Amino acid sequence: MNAQTSPHSLPVHVGARAAAIAALALGGLLVLVVGFSPLPAVHDATHDTRHSAGFPCH
Amino acid sequence: MTFSAVLAGISAAFLLTLAQAFWVTPLILQAESYEEAAVSGAPAENPVVGLDAWRLETGWPRLLATAAGNGLLGIGYGLMLTGLYAWRRPKGMAQGLAWGLGGFVAFFAAPGSGLPPELPGDYAAELGARQAWWLATALCTAAGLGLVCLQEHRPLRILGGLLLVLPHLVGAPHPPLSGGLAPETLRTQFRLATLLSNALFWGVLGGVAAAAFRRFCPAD
Repeated sequence: MNAQTSPHSLPVHVGARAAAIAALALGGLLVLVVGFSPLPAVHDATHDTRHSAGFPCH
Repeated sequence: MTFSAVLAGISAAFLLTLAQAFWVTPLILQAESYEEAAVSGAPAENPVVGLDAWRLETGWPRLLATAAGNGLLGIGYGLMLTGLYAWRRPKGMAQGLAWGLGGFVAFFAAPGSGLPPELPGDYAAELGARQAWWLATALCTAAGLGLVCLQEHRPLRILGGLLLVLPHLVGAPHPPLSGGLAPETLRTQFRLATLLSNALFWGVLGGVAAAAFRRFCPAD
């Protein structure tokens, strides 16, 4: 355990890396839902967003 | 980090929504009028085109749904960008704009060069094939740009170059007939409107996310 850790937390660099990966994964998931979800309600609500952001829509 | 992503995403989405409300959406509505006319006039003339099943009332409900969709998309791309910023801290606004340009190329220009933004009523290949090509192109372009721009190692940069061209060598899925129900001039206008509004969106997203990240996420 190095100087940057406390008994209750991971080392700072591990926490930062995990946060960066979580941000990438959550961001990617949001983009997939908005751009690609086949659910009719999601398609209808995001219809104009999909067309103008260049996603294939229907 | 999340705050930077949300701030940048909302700012970029707000401008995108304005550009859509005044320029992009009116073009979509015009295209839908051609689509409706074609469906009511000659239903079986072209089996590739089905009437778009839009169920929200045009006007405020539709604008609000689009604004929400833009907001979520902005936050999604913003989270991806700030995740990358945590790995490669931007030195200033200019680097943020460069990351925005990278996002624009990976998620708009490269997929759009094979599958240009569609108007309702455009003839198109099967949806699943187009979605798969779009996603593969975005991922290959993002990885390729990363390798070409951020790596010193020559073989990795060559691999990046190959990833950039690979989706275009494979080729986007196209329908047997090109065009659509709306006139070609409307399609040209729509491509210009989406190009400029997405460039604005990515520029603001990259720049604001970099500024917010530098302000709210201090360096170690």
